[in-house]
Amino acid sequence: MINMLSAGSRICLALPTWAQKIHDDFVLNFVNEDRYMYLVKGLLMTLEITFLAVILGVILGVIAAIIRSTHDKTIKDMRPGFGKVLLKILNIITNVYLTVIRGTPVVVQLMITYYIIFASSTNQVLVAVLAFGFNSGAYVAEIIRSGIMSIDNGQFEAGRSLGFNYIQTMVYIIIPQAFKNVLPALANEFIVLIKETSVSGYVGIMDLTRGGDVIRSRTFSAFMPLLAVAGIYLIIVIFFSKLVSVLERRLRNSER
Amino acid sequence: MSADNNEVLISVKDLCKHYNMGAIKALDGITTDIRKGEVLVIIGPSGSGKSTFLRSLNLLERPTSGTITFEGIDITSPSTDINKLRQKMGMVFQHFNLFPHLSIIENMTLAPTKLLKMSKEDAEKKARELLAKVALEDRAKAYPSQLSGGQKQRIAIVRALCMSPDVLLFDEPTSALDPEMVGEVLDVMKDLAKSGMTMAVVTHEMGFAREVATRVIFMDDGKIIEEGTPDEIFTNPTNERLKTFLAKVL
Repeated sequence: MINMLSAGSRICLALPTWAQKIHDDFVLNFVNEDRYMYLVKGLLMTLEITFLAVILGVILGVIAAIIRSTHDKTIKDMRPGFGKVLLKILNIITNVYLTVIRGTPVVVQLMITYYIIFASSTNQVLVAVLAFGFNSGAYVAEIIRSGIMSIDNGQFEAGRSLGFNYIQTMVYIIIPQAFKNVLPALANEFIVLIKETSVSGYVGIMDLTRGGDVIRSRTFSAFMPLLAVAGIYLIIVIFFSKLVSVLERRLRNSER
Repeated sequence: MSADNNEVLISVKDLCKHYNMGAIKALDGITTDIRKGEVLVIIGPSGSGKSTFLRSLNLLERPTSGTITFEGIDITSPSTDINKLRQKMGMVFQHFNLFPHLSIIENMTLAPTKLLKMSKEDAEKKARELLAKVALEDRAKAYPSQLSGGQKQRIAIVRALCMSPDVLLFDEPTSALDPEMVGEVLDVMKDLAKSGMTMAVVTHEMGFAREVATRVIFMDDGKIIEEGTPDEIFTNPTNERLKTFLAKVL
């Protein structure tokens, strides 16, 4: 401690006062007691939750989208029977899921998941992944569904005419094309999700936002930690946006 | 023609397709047989129901009533596995409907590998042989968007052939093509007809009908108005409506 103070006063001679202030602020918030580790660990936690939630969200979204579009496309021509009843029930469940998730704030869903549904669980990360995954799934579902609906019906007929059943036609022919069409929208959803996980602190998860907040509460200095948090989010979002545009160009080139 | 003696492949009885509770009759009691090796050409004014009829044969359109028997199996019965039967009924569409996300060779091998459980090597070998027949073997790795309309349609035909179908259905295969590309597609279809493939073709190409068809059906208002050899239909038409139609298109 004494060492550090003397080091600070030595630099004081060389720097103007405003720069000295910034320097001191920086040392206080990030260097002292290795406080930068709150941000590093928080960032890793944010990325971990986001990645796992996105995987869950895409799986749920594709399933929900297939149910919704199958229902909309085929229910009129279906013969009465078990299949039709099952499809109707699945469609109702999906609609309830979409309505509830999209009609309530994600932070409320997160708290309900943590304090009510998994009240006995101590695995906060798992809870967050489930909450954000189910939340994201509802938005992904509508994105994928619009992608499926945008594919020309001739593609569907071509698949069926070769002998593929409905599901096979979806999996081999429709979904790959739909996916490509909605990739920008999906990437946007991923980027939105990175930012949405910033409410994880509500259930005591040490994510990036919470990490910055902890530093602030220790040092009573808000400027540096919060700007650092904002800057890190910004850099990550820009990075993934770039990555997606590269991927998009690759996919488009494969057709040329 | 010799096809008359062959066994019946598809038998259609009293086929009807109604819309709006019977207010619109797209098909109004179609009865006909398609025999093995036959090239059946269906002509008629637009809105006459010829495409609907063709698409009913593999149940892309569900008929309101009537039966379709394919190789002895009633395909309109709810217990029939239509996917299995469609593997033996190839279809070629007006707008080609190639899969844009797959290369040409993948377009051709997708169904054989997934449905017939052919190995990738066997499927590709067969696909390349077929590509050679339509003189497109050098485009195997290309994507559909890199091909001309005529090339796309030739690929669509060989894609259907990869499943070794017993019958090929053509739904206006040359209607979406630039005039200079019609010939190359018709040539492929002529070769197919010569090889003994059973074909049902909806087309506006009267020259093709005259030259290749073993039987021509003239449809109007969802009914078969006239049926016969190309000679009977084109050289000595008796029906008034057929005469009017031919006067317009020939």
